[in-house]
This record gives sequence, structure tokens and C-alpha cells, in this order.
Amino acid sequence: MSPQELVERALSASTADGQVTFVTESSEANLRWAANSLTTNGAMRSRHVVVVSFVDGGAGMAAGTVARTGTPDVAALVVASEQAARDAGPAEDAVPLVSETPAGSGDWDAAPAETSIEVFADFAPALGQAFGEARDRDELLFGFAEHSMRTTYLGTSTGLRLRTDQPTGRVELNGKSPDFSRSVWSGVGTRDFRDVSVIDLAADVQKKMGWSARRIDLPAGRYEALLPPSAVSDLMIYLYWTMEARDADEGRNVFAKPGGGNRIGDRLAELPLTLRSDPAAPGLETAPFQIVGASSGSASVFDNGMATPAVNWIENGVLTNLVRPRAWALRTTAPATAAVDNLILEDPTATASQDEMLAATDRGLLLTTLWYIREVDPQTLLLTGLTRDGVFLVEGGEVTGAVNNFRFNESPVDLLGRTVQAGRTERTLPREWNDWFTRAAMPALRVPDFNMSSISPAS
Amino acid sequence: MASSRTVDETFLALPLAALTDAALTRALDLGCEHADLRVERIHTQTVSLRDARPESFTDGEDLGLAVRVVHEGTWGFAAGVVLTAAEAVRLAEEAVAVAKVSAAINSDRVELAPEPVYADAMWVSDYEIDPFGVPDGEKSGLLIDLSEQLMAADGVEHVQSSCMHVKEQKYYADTAGTRTRQQRVRIHPEFTALTVDRATGQFESMRTLAPPVGKGWEYLTGGDWDWRGELAEIPELLREKTKAPSVEAGRYDLVVDPSNLFLTIHESIGHATELDRALGYEAAYAGTSFATVDKLGSLQYGSRLMNVTGDRTARHGLSTVGWDDEGVAGQRWDIVKDGVLVGYQVDRNMARLRGMPRSNGCAFADSSSHVPVQRMANVSLHPAPDGPSTQEIIAGVERGIYVVGDKSWSIDMQRYNFQFTGQRFYRIEGGRLAGQLRDVAYQATTTDFWGSMAVVGGPQTYVLGGAFNCGKAQPGQVAPVSHGCPTALFENVTILNTVQEAGR
Repeated sequence: MSPQELVERALSASTADGQVTFVTESSEANLRWAANSLTTNGAMRSRHVVVVSFVDGGAGMAAGTVARTGTPDVAALVVASEQAARDAGPAEDAVPLVSETPAGSGDWDAAPAETSIEVFADFAPALGQAFGEARDRDELLFGFAEHSMRTTYLGTSTGLRLRTDQPTGRVELNGKSPDFSRSVWSGVGTRDFRDVSVIDLAADVQKKMGWSARRIDLPAGRYEALLPPSAVSDLMIYLYWTMEARDADEGRNVFAKPGGGNRIGDRLAELPLTLRSDPAAPGLETAPFQIVGASSGSASVFDNGMATPAVNWIENGVLTNLVRPRAWALRTTAPATAAVDNLILEDPTATASQDEMLAATDRGLLLTTLWYIREVDPQTLLLTGLTRDGVFLVEGGEVTGAVNNFRFNESPVDLLGRTVQAGRTERTLPREWNDWFTRAAMPALRVPDFNMSSISPAS
Repeated sequence: MASSRTVDETFLALPLAALTDAALTRALDLGCEHADLRVERIHTQTVSLRDARPESFTDGEDLGLAVRVVHEGTWGFAAGVVLTAAEAVRLAEEAVAVAKVSAAINSDRVELAPEPVYADAMWVSDYEIDPFGVPDGEKSGLLIDLSEQLMAADGVEHVQSSCMHVKEQKYYADTAGTRTRQQRVRIHPEFTALTVDRATGQFESMRTLAPPVGKGWEYLTGGDWDWRGELAEIPELLREKTKAPSVEAGRYDLVVDPSNLFLTIHESIGHATELDRALGYEAAYAGTSFATVDKLGSLQYGSRLMNVTGDRTARHGLSTVGWDDEGVAGQRWDIVKDGVLVGYQVDRNMARLRGMPRSNGCAFADSSSHVPVQRMANVSLHPAPDGPSTQEIIAGVERGIYVVGDKSWSIDMQRYNFQFTGQRFYRIEGGRLAGQLRDVAYQATTTDFWGSMAVVGGPQTYVLGGAFNCGKAQPGQVAPVSHGCPTALFENVTILNTVQEAGR
């Protein structure tokens, strides 16, 4: 049975007051390697069928979600989701279902997109060659490459028939000395692997291994730091995930205003930084409408199919929007917004490349990636984490060696306020969050006083 | 401990034998040295409440199959969701195709340590009430009721509650002849109270300490955990926390409650003694380990009071199984003995590499769509047989801090430097608790911390904690795991003030 047929059958089996059904067809291939050799691999296919039923039991509209893999008994699934809705009780986020077709929804009738292990037909031999070259230099390569295709068909009892294709790809290449004491990283996000150059990634790793030849020990403390785009993306993604309007309005996140309300309108950065999402951003394209299986403070099953146009979260350094489902928007007479699966930070006045920023650094630390980022204090959004795979000392505009790693304690909100320079925005791969978030474009940032709380002996 | 239950008929009624025959025969025809088939059905319900009102109720079932092969010394893996013999044949072929593409980057020949054959084996975890047999309305109703109790208390402005319960059914078959069928149930209820001071903008929260466990719905309705008692105490504890003084950063003796220590064990012992990490398989992602194989038998991991076991047999343990995902029976073994590193967690390939006679059964895949990798056993710290109570440990501390409940956690990629916060921190003065403290985090290096363990509590302090969400591998996999431990005293630990850390 085709995914479109499954959606139609579920909708026609409904006895509820409303229904949203979506079917996601996914295929995925991956290769993983360590110490110049394969460790695991895989080729996976799946089909995910999600039925959300809406039932008004008299006290208000309730929602129930049932999800199955494969090709389940649709009638049973619909009955189960309707029972789940009856059992759940009235939903706070109840609003009429969306009936307006969003711009950019795809070709409903077309078959789902697919990928397979063959996506690596050129990549794998090139990687094998890089392994050989690394071996010749007495270096080890570790890493992971993955490509997935997801096609989602979403239908509603209000007449929407929407389709979206999501290709996602990522490659991480980690170089180490045989004793693991030196470790560096390079990574890219991609839609189709046609733009992935193993040669470029390996060259970047080789350059940073060269930088690591000289080891310098530095104590904990506050340092001028150049955060490259990957490190910036991991901090900004956490900030983005925290941008729930309801939490802010209720006084329970960093965007709450003392005395009540939220901080929209507050200046967060001195630089004219804009943090935005755009489903049509070139190279970072993502679904232009909402697909939600379970409600939370930042997404609602009632908003399935809602258009998710480009939105500025921070504009010219000022907080301008928070994530706000339609029901909360109605209650607070504010615009409805939805999280989009990409994130872009830019300073429109920036011209410097990361290399130019490095050349203009008298003394500072050039970071590579951040790791194990966790929230310490939601009040300030204080995050802790580690520097990873390359902290380089820059002196007189040049890298003079590799420094020990540090544990940092920093808030991304505070960092925006203390950033004194941003470089040109470029596509980057978040290191920490790329299991969930790969579509990011960020500048390098210069922070004069990054808080390295303690030394980490790890490499 | 074996319950009289059997695996649900609806799972046993799947065409397991036909799939096995189709997949394994095809794999052998294609020249594979080894092949295995897994069929998994994972049923998950997640109930989420905001301020005691329904936020979401989702019921998800993930059913699929996977074929893993060793072809000319190289792994191949393929997974799908169509349970037919034709698809099983296709997956065997695809797994071989994956092995062939991968051969270009493989230089380590895969071989598996031997394991006895379990030809027709069944195991069910120890629980009383299948959560999926309880009407959904009854489950939501109880969670709403408990949440309303918390919401009604003075000073509690918001309540976040959730319950996730899982039934995992798994069939494994391999070309050696093993055929195992198992069923595990686990549950994780959680309630968090929040208070907000509108004028100052300060907010604070406190969460229940009840750990996730390998039990059924009886965890919420039986006498195992006093839910109403804990929920009744939280509002006053939260009020006290908001009025507590900010900690003075420095060094303190730290009494760590099992509700906090389980996570420190997880991060600084559990992950550090995974052999795949020590060998570098996780080097680009989860990381490596300072506890490298050259140090086995000699590394002083901690004080002589430290005894740690890996265990896949503990009753109600989240990592407890009959057999792992390579058909290896669940076992229990030493990891740290009298403070010295003596063991690792391994799978069959690593056991072979290390010359071990047998794997200790730590292969796990979080669903049929993922390949098994080495995952954590229930790694637990032993209590001292005649050890003191928590109160007695506190009584022996002149100036210190007592930490209860886990909150924030972070550790580096070689498992040296960690930083943890908690639900509650109490000042200890002259052997007595002297009120709560705010803004506390403890930071240490693994071997320094365990080396500073001066007192280990007795069996009466022992609690089996745990987590549902241990992450590892690429593509990312999530595994549930338990950690038992007593209360323990650590001397001279670095305490941070998190407000100062934020530069305020």
C-alpha cells in the first residue's frame, strides 16, 4: 500500500471530530570507522505511520496519538487513536485544525525519495585512500558518514494533503596521533554527498594535526577566544531550543522578564547579529510546514500543516520572536511562530573570514568544537561543556601550538552580549547536536573573556 | 527471580521461524561466515502533563527486523519493517552489499568469541502489572491526580509531569543455532514542581527522586515507592531551596546520596570501562577512556573501599537481560576490585580481539533499525557489608555538603573531568545538616574523586538508580541502564558557585 493510500484510508476511517495522519518513508545508509578501518555500517528502511485523532467529549477538544511502523491495520490504528483522545481529557492547546495550504508543499502524488549504500560508491574508496595516507603519516582517522532521505505525507480532515522531502547528510573526520594525545576534527553537513570532498576534509585534519605538533599547557581562566562556526552553532542551537514563548511568559526560562512578561524587545547583542530560520535557505532547505506527533510547550498537534515561514528570532541584536504555538499565541495576543529545522546567525556588516580573524588576533585561543554541553542554571542559561579536538594558541596572528582542553561554564545569551566581532557566515556542522540538528550556518565569533572553568586532561 | 510470565502471544505469533530460515539461509548461500536476525517490537507510551493538565499522550510501536552478517571478515547490516520471508531475503542480500561497499575501508577481520548455543530459550523480566494492560484513562487519571496534589501546594506555581513506559520484545536467531525470545518492561514516572518569584524574576524547581526501573505499573500503585509522601515533601523543600544562601565556592567533604551518585558512577565508571571506548571505536563521538587496556589489573581507580561490578542479571535492572543482542547469556563480573581496574564491558568481537574466552554480554541495539554495539551493563558500586547509614556518615563530617538527586551532568571525552549539580544540596556543620544551599556544582577528575572516597555506606543505604536515555554510537542509540550504590563520603571535593561561574 502506498503511503498516500495509507493517509487516505486513515482519514476516511475517522469517526472523530478531526484527524491528522502522516506517513514518513525513510531510508538511510551509514559508514563508521576507527583507527583507519571500518567499525559499523548499515542500510535501513522504515515507514512510520502516525494518526492523531481529535475528539470533543463535551468539555473541550482532546487529542490522542498512535504511531506504528510498517503497514499497520489502519482501521485499528484509527480506533486506538480515537480512544486515546477520549481517555486523555481536554487539551489546553486546542484550536481549529489548519485548513490553509502552506506555500512550498510538495507533489503529493509522487513516490517517496530514497537513498542507499550506493551513495558512498565514490566516498568509500576515497576514504580508503585517506586511510592509507594517514597510515603513511603515522596518524589515525576516526569518523562517521551518514545519508538519509525522509519523505513525509501529511493529510488532515480539513483537506490538507502535504508532502515534504528531507535529505540529510553528515560527515565527521577525526584525526589522532597513535597515542591519542593529539586529536583534531573536521566535519560537514550535506544534502546529497555530491559536495563532500574527502580530500578537503583530510587536508583540514592534516593542517590541524600540524598545528598540534607543539603542545602548550595553559591554566584555567578567562581567555580571548575565537569560536569557529561549529562551536557557535552548538551554543546557538541550545539557545534556540530554549526559545519557548510560554516558558518565558510564565517566568521560567532565560527569556522571562522580571516583573512578568518576556524579553522580546531586549537587546541581547551589541553587534547587529540576526538569528533566523528559513525553510528555503539555500543548502539548508527543510519542511515549510509543521509536522507534530506530540504537543509540548513549543509545538502543538493542532498546528499540523501550519506554514512555517522564515522568521527572525533575534534581529540586529534585539530579541524579536519566540516559539509560540497558535493556542498560546491566541491567549497572549502574539503572533504564532514555529521552530524550523535550520538556524542561521549572521552579522550583515561582517566581512572577515575566520582566517582573517585569526590573523588579527594578538593572543587568544582558537577553539574547534564543543562537547557534552549541559544546562547548569536555566535562570541565566548557564551551560557547561568541554572544548574538544583542538584548542590552539594564537600569538601574533598565527597558531603557535595546541593547548590542553578545558571545561567551560558560559551562557550563550551572555556570550552574544560580549561578542566583539563576528565573521562571515558559512554552512557548518554542529558537533554536539548533529544527531538532531545538521542544518546550520554560523559565523566565527570573537569573545574577549570566555570562561574556561577548569582544565580537562582529555585529548 | 524468573517470573511465570511468558512473552506475549502476539509477538510469538509473528512468522519468526520463516523469517529466520529465509534470512539465514540466504546469508549462508552468499558465503557469510556468520549471520544473525533480530525481530523487535518496542511499545512505548509517553504521557505528558503541564500544570496537571494533559499535554500529550502518545502510543508508539516500533516493529521491524534486521539482518547482520560477517562477509569475508567485514560487517554488513540491513534493517526493514516488512515482516515477510521475501523481505528477510532482501535484507540478507542488502547486508552483504553493505559489507562489500565497506570492504574498501576495512582492514580488521571480524571474528566472534564463542558462546554456547541456546536453541529454544525464553526470558521475561520481573514485573507484576503490564502497563499496556492498564486502561489509558486510568493511567492518565492517576498521573493527573498526583500532579494535582503537587499543584495544590502553597508556593508551587507550575508542575511538569510525565510517565514513559516501555515493553520491549526481542527475538534473536543466528547461524550457530541460537534462538532466544525475551520481553522486558520498564517505567519512568517523573514530577517537577516550579516556583517563580515574579518581582525578582527568580525561578527554581525540584523533581522527584524516584528512579526509572525495570518494573511495571505496580511501581505507581504498589508500595515500592511512596509517591504521595515524596510529593507532599517537595513544596516545603522547594520553598527552603529558594530562600537558601548561595554556596561559598571552595573545597568541602561531600556526602553523596545514591540518588545523585548513580549518575556519577554512570559517567565516570560505566562509560570509562566500556572496552570499545578504550580501544577507540567511539573516539570521534562518545569518546575514548583514560582506563586503557595497558592499565588493566594495575590502575588505581579509586580508594580500596571501591568495588564495582558489571551486571546484566540484577533484579529490576534496566540493562538486565536473558541474552544480549549477540545471543550471549546475561552475566555478572568485577570491574573494579579493592580500588583497582580489573574488568571491562565487551561484546563478542572485542572479546575475541582481547583473547577473552567469552563475551560478558554487553551487545545491545536500541531497536531493529540499529546495529548492536557494546552498551552498558548495570554498573554498580557495592555497599560496605557493615557500613554506616547516611545519617552516621553525615555525623562524621565536620564541614561539608550533602547532595541529593541528580540534575545537570557533563564529563569530558576521556572521562576525566566532570561537573554535576543536584536537586538539593545541604550544608553539613559539626555532623548535622544545617539547611539547604543554592547554586552548587561539584567538579572533579575521576580518579581523584574515587580516590577520595573515605566512607562507603552500608546495604541499608543502597538504591538502584538509573536512566532511560544513555546515548552512544553513530547513528545515535539510546539505552536504559541501572546503577546501584550506597551513600558515600568523598573528601576535599571542589565545589563551584554556578552564579559566579556565570560571571554574575
